[in-house]
Amino acid sequence: MGMLQNAVNWLLGRDQRGAWELHEEMRERQLEQMLIPTWEEGESGPRMLLNMGPQHPSTHGVLRLFLELEGERVVRVEPDIGFLHTGIEKTFEYKKYEQGVTLTPRTDYLSNVFNTWAYCMAVEKLLEVEIPPRAEYVRVIMGELQRISSHLVWLGTHALDIGAMSVFLYAFREREMILDIFEMVTGARMMMSYFRPGGLAWDIPDGFEEVVASFIDLMPSRIDEYEALLTNNPIWRERTQGVGVVDAETAMAMSVTGPILRATGVAWDLRKAMPYSVYSEFEFDVPVGTHGDVFDRYRVRMQEMRESIKIIRQALDKLPGGPHRVDNHKVAPPPKEEIYLSMEALIHHFKLWTEGMLVPPGEAYAAIEGPRGEIGFYVVSDGSARPYRVHMRSPSFNNLQIISHMAEGGLVADLIAIIASLDPVLGEIDR
Amino acid sequence: MLADFIETIVKILVVVVVLLTGFAYMTWFERRVIARLQVRIGPNRVGPEGLLQPLADGVKLFFKEDIIPAEADKALYLLAPMLAVVPSLLAAAVLPFGPDVTLFGRTIHLYIADINIALLYFLGLGSLGVYSVVLAGWASNNKYALLGGLRASAQMISYELAMGLSVLAVVMLTGSFSLVDIVEAQAGGRWFVLMQPLAFIIFVITMLAETKRAPFDLPEAEQELVAGFHTEYSGMKFALFYMGEYIGMIVISGVAVSLFLGGWQGPFAEQIPLLGVLYFFLKVAVFMFFFVWMRATLPRLRYDRLMQLGWKVLLPLSLANVVVTALAVVARDTGFFGLLG
Repeated sequence: MGMLQNAVNWLLGRDQRGAWELHEEMRERQLEQMLIPTWEEGESGPRMLLNMGPQHPSTHGVLRLFLELEGERVVRVEPDIGFLHTGIEKTFEYKKYEQGVTLTPRTDYLSNVFNTWAYCMAVEKLLEVEIPPRAEYVRVIMGELQRISSHLVWLGTHALDIGAMSVFLYAFREREMILDIFEMVTGARMMMSYFRPGGLAWDIPDGFEEVVASFIDLMPSRIDEYEALLTNNPIWRERTQGVGVVDAETAMAMSVTGPILRATGVAWDLRKAMPYSVYSEFEFDVPVGTHGDVFDRYRVRMQEMRESIKIIRQALDKLPGGPHRVDNHKVAPPPKEEIYLSMEALIHHFKLWTEGMLVPPGEAYAAIEGPRGEIGFYVVSDGSARPYRVHMRSPSFNNLQIISHMAEGGLVADLIAIIASLDPVLGEIDR
Repeated sequence: MLADFIETIVKILVVVVVLLTGFAYMTWFERRVIARLQVRIGPNRVGPEGLLQPLADGVKLFFKEDIIPAEADKALYLLAPMLAVVPSLLAAAVLPFGPDVTLFGRTIHLYIADINIALLYFLGLGSLGVYSVVLAGWASNNKYALLGGLRASAQMISYELAMGLSVLAVVMLTGSFSLVDIVEAQAGGRWFVLMQPLAFIIFVITMLAETKRAPFDLPEAEQELVAGFHTEYSGMKFALFYMGEYIGMIVISGVAVSLFLGGWQGPFAEQIPLLGVLYFFLKVAVFMFFFVWMRATLPRLRYDRLMQLGWKVLLPLSLANVVVTALAVVARDTGFFGLLG
């Protein structure tokens, strides 16, 4: 209170002290708050208070976990987030709807296609436009490729955290092939921003189908390779089976989604449960687990990769021709050739690039099934070219809540396995 | 007398140089092999095929700032890395590298010392190695280091028992603790791995645990404890821990080769002594490859599972093995098999 008073006094010129003294005083107080005891008396002997992260090899970014340990046993886990806060949600409000697209991949660098997709779907709902089928199919193909690549990063880091370091490099070898496909389509490997409200930024290049087909022909044998190293490995099983168990009720109560929820036996996959895009046209299964432990999460994600391959194969077979973007020039610019010849096209182009697309007032929520769970975008429009508010429902944020339930009572080594199996992306948690 | 003295000094120098070079090239070997196993290339820039990489690493570490944490126990902090290297080097004294050589009319034994308690000496030095880890963990005054030190002490103590008992089976077969005698008893391809396969397997597992190598690398489990007991160490002190670990690997492989794989024995080794030395180092290299291979393949065990494996599986198995071996030895000595037929 005194500090605030001092600050007010200083601002109003009542305090004769300079800014430097005030700064010094604030710093001292901060230091006082930071001086926490490192040992505490517990029921069975002293407890070590350990600050794990934000710089630690296996907190998957800048997650800070505050641990209370009795020997190697974890008594309490408290996640502390916010080290990667970028203010992306707020930044959306200052960007036009098209510009917002480039912000979406920056939240979750591993599933950037999905973020863009959900954002575009929400804006399309507000605009009430139907996107052409070719765009929907390409979105599905790109999305499922991204799901595989995201799961590959999860698999690699998960295995690395448990000590099987080779799997990491094998997984990244295949991820590299997916990134090459992305580069072929968009010119970027990670921050693609390929989708636009109303379709795709541009059509897929020649030879895309062949490259994807050869990749999905190869991939199943590579997944077998990872499984050969891990699935029946007794050490792997010991480290993962019965570790970090969570039941379906708790998981649902904590609004956990994605593979973590499915590992508890709940077949909740938005692609099946609330089909969006063209997912109702594909045949695929929703893999579920039974025990809800780290091993089941592993099995579910491995199976999901195989299902994604199935979806990509079907989508490639059915890939229709036609435009890649809606023919509504209030939303999508007219083709470049027309601009030189048609006055209206020129005006549309000029309006879109100066004023931006005007979105009717209202609000919309669009959710899709990302690699980590439900990715949702809630967009509120006031009729202008910039959103009034954008909120992102990020799966990692909700999934991280359950870490205390899973890890308390286990060992430090289990905690590492549990973090890896949650597959959090901190950029998405802090936004 | 003087000649003997000079001979011993020369042999010590040679062995130390060989071990230090072996350590340096073991790091290169490990990085190249593990890179090939992981579809990478590995260090190949410094010198031909990256052969000067160990030198570059050494120079780099030498010029690193040597940090001693403010709250550390300075004396113990300095002592710990020394304790990591010295026992490993000392243990090499009892290894027979090859058959006797005649040079300038003198018969030179290719070992530094043939003491009649060589194996006890080796196991004792192995236990001393625990102190480096525990002291490093404690003296750093860092929580991760402390946890690493605790893990290491528990792990090494529990695995030493099983290791001692698996060695005992071989000792009973030869009736000697001397490695020189044990190697000689395996002449003509009668390797003890054929007679004692179980003891060999137990020894190999405990060997991985003793040297803190994957899948038993819990004390320095990077993903859990950052760098475990040597989190706070930098520069040459950090390098000394590595040196201790790799020399330990070479020496313990040498012991395993002498105990179970016939040491320097092999075709024509008696006639051409240099061939014996070559056989010895080839066999050691096989173990080295095994170490690297395990690291590339296996996930890390969990702490409690590690203790269970040590106390509930390996210890009873090695005890049973000792009992069975003892019965067999008694039967052999009393001519029981002769009575049977």
